[in-house]
Amino acid sequence: MTTTRRFAAALVALVLGSAFAAGPARAASEGVRLDDIGTNATDVASLQSGARTFVNFCLNCHSASLMRYNALREIGLTDEQIKDNLMFTVEKIGLPMSIAMAPRDAKEWFGATPPDLSVIARSRGPSWLYTYLRNFYRDASTTTGWNNLVYPNVGMPHVLWRLQGERVAREDKAIRDGRPIMGEDGKPLTVVKLEPLTAGAQSTVEFDKTVYDLVNFLAWMGEPHQMTRKRVGIWVLIGLTVLIFLSYFLKRAYWKDVH
Amino acid sequence: MANGTASKNVWARDLFEWIDARFPLSALWKSQVSEYYAPKNFNFWYYFGSLALVVLVLQIVTGIFLTMNYKPDALLAFASVEYIMREVSWGWLIRYLHSTGASFFFICVYLHMFRALLYGSYRKPRELTWLLGVGIFLCLMAEAFFGYLLPWGQMSFWGAQVIVNLFAAIPFVGESLAIWIRGDYVVGDATLNRFFAFHVIAVPLVLLGIVVAHLMALHETGSNNPDGVEIKKNLDPRTGHPVDGIPFHPYYTVKDLFGTMVFLFVFAIIAFFLPEFGGYFLEHNNFIPADPLKTPPHIAPVWYFTPYYSVLRATTDELKWVIAIAAVLFMVWAFLRRGSSAVRMTLLGAGAVVLVLLYLLEAKVWGVILMGASVLIFAFMPWLDRSPVKSIRYKGWMYKLALTIFVISFLVLGYLGMQTPTNTLTRMAQVGTILYFAFFLLMPWYTSIDKTETPPERLT
Repeated sequence: MTTTRRFAAALVALVLGSAFAAGPARAASEGVRLDDIGTNATDVASLQSGARTFVNFCLNCHSASLMRYNALREIGLTDEQIKDNLMFTVEKIGLPMSIAMAPRDAKEWFGATPPDLSVIARSRGPSWLYTYLRNFYRDASTTTGWNNLVYPNVGMPHVLWRLQGERVAREDKAIRDGRPIMGEDGKPLTVVKLEPLTAGAQSTVEFDKTVYDLVNFLAWMGEPHQMTRKRVGIWVLIGLTVLIFLSYFLKRAYWKDVH
Repeated sequence: MANGTASKNVWARDLFEWIDARFPLSALWKSQVSEYYAPKNFNFWYYFGSLALVVLVLQIVTGIFLTMNYKPDALLAFASVEYIMREVSWGWLIRYLHSTGASFFFICVYLHMFRALLYGSYRKPRELTWLLGVGIFLCLMAEAFFGYLLPWGQMSFWGAQVIVNLFAAIPFVGESLAIWIRGDYVVGDATLNRFFAFHVIAVPLVLLGIVVAHLMALHETGSNNPDGVEIKKNLDPRTGHPVDGIPFHPYYTVKDLFGTMVFLFVFAIIAFFLPEFGGYFLEHNNFIPADPLKTPPHIAPVWYFTPYYSVLRATTDELKWVIAIAAVLFMVWAFLRRGSSAVRMTLLGAGAVVLVLLYLLEAKVWGVILMGASVLIFAFMPWLDRSPVKSIRYKGWMYKLALTIFVISFLVLGYLGMQTPTNTLTRMAQVGTILYFAFFLLMPWYTSIDKTETPPERLT
């Protein structure tokens, strides 16, 4: 009996230990530390603000073809509000968020077709999107004139630049505790820092909030029924708890005469 | 009122008599359930057989509903899965139950197999039950592999591409074989269609058949138990039933009902609150539609395949030398062993064949061979274990140590299979691979010299 117990304990410890030691890799982030954010699908104001930014800035080159306009009812908008504020390219509210740009043209203009964003938050993760959208800089060597720290040489220009303002990259010595960090080859390591070149329409705090709301919206759009899922889940767990107790007492009653 | 109930019961009795005259309903119920005597001391590990059956039913039912809305077409598949997630009423629930169920099927089956390793459930007279179980395991792996292509994400596509390309490693016929399997030069629409056919009908049909046979074989010999004592040796002279046995119904039906409820609770936590399970149950990259022109930098199978994937990747030219040394040692042992010369020559011949194949085949092919062997080797358990006792409770320290090392190497291989390989990690996977196979190949030796205790006459 004790052997079995010990095996059980060892097995559980090993499984949990190895599972959470390191999760499976997401898309690579080229060594830039991602700014960790959590998303909140109950923050309706943030989702609505994100939806506005999404429609105004993203939904020209990127589609969200798996997402219908009327699904925005789930974030507290009425059909009228959706039609008046968020629908620019289509007439019917039941239509998906598609774009007019042909994929072949897009490929010619940007070097790659801008991906559909319906489930982008589920592949990239909110933290990656949040960091990526805030780390564009001016770079004369690219065709768009923009580059990105998180996704070097990305085909996408800095669409939100009027809000954030322009920035340039400057290489600097990496410093830790007042001393430069040396690389394996003996030379000092460098880090790339972004410095403001021109001011944007928003302050850093405001811009971070704009991007957060946008990413929050993208995360919600990745799974529009997520709040329903959690709400139903609570009731399922409550129901199962009752059933666990009932079946336990049923089992105990039947097993009374087994010795 | 009393009269009404009585006449109703008569009506029901008549119906059952009518059926029994034409179909052995009562006889089957009695022999398989209400008068199937099971040992009374089943513990925690004995839940996972019935739980695997629960998951099987869940997968079939949710699978049927998914099929109603899924489109097995390379142009439509990805969007149709999201259509299920967004537009189909409760579609998200059906899909998450199915995707969570896939992982939990493997969790249940792995723990069910671990139970057999603990208590020697594969030993005589239950060899056939075990072999049928290995068959179920193989079907389950095929089912999971075919099913994983269907969402048509990047991992679906490239996972299938990598695995089908393994067949291309077979000398001479490999390339044609891979094209024949795919129906195309790359994984494409033809592949998706045939994988869909395999996933929704061909494999489940075989799987269900083997599951029935597995249960029939089990009920023929009777269940093993944590003591590894045969309860059929102690029959009650009055009733003819085992003294230490209790009827499966109602005792184990109510017990398994309780186990199922606890299981469903854990299952619901994952399905409702952590459906991706941090990228383990639903991989992040699989939310990117399949793109034959864009190879992801890191291709890893889902967690339940990673131990074998690790074995595949660990097989390098260096590991071939380890196999060569093992083969030579095996031949020396075969040469020195007593017994008939025919057996000796066969064993020596087998060792020689391995050596020749090591010389002829490249490491990649050996990786495929070892990966296959790491799964199929379970089938030999009944004949590898030479211990006089079944249960770990009465086995000596050597088996306990061997099993512990095996479990650890299985988990470590599983972990390594998810990581991008580096020199250190590959080295670790090679050690893990050697330990994994050592558990099986050295078993005849360590189980026969291990000090065992005498099991009791009856259950403790």
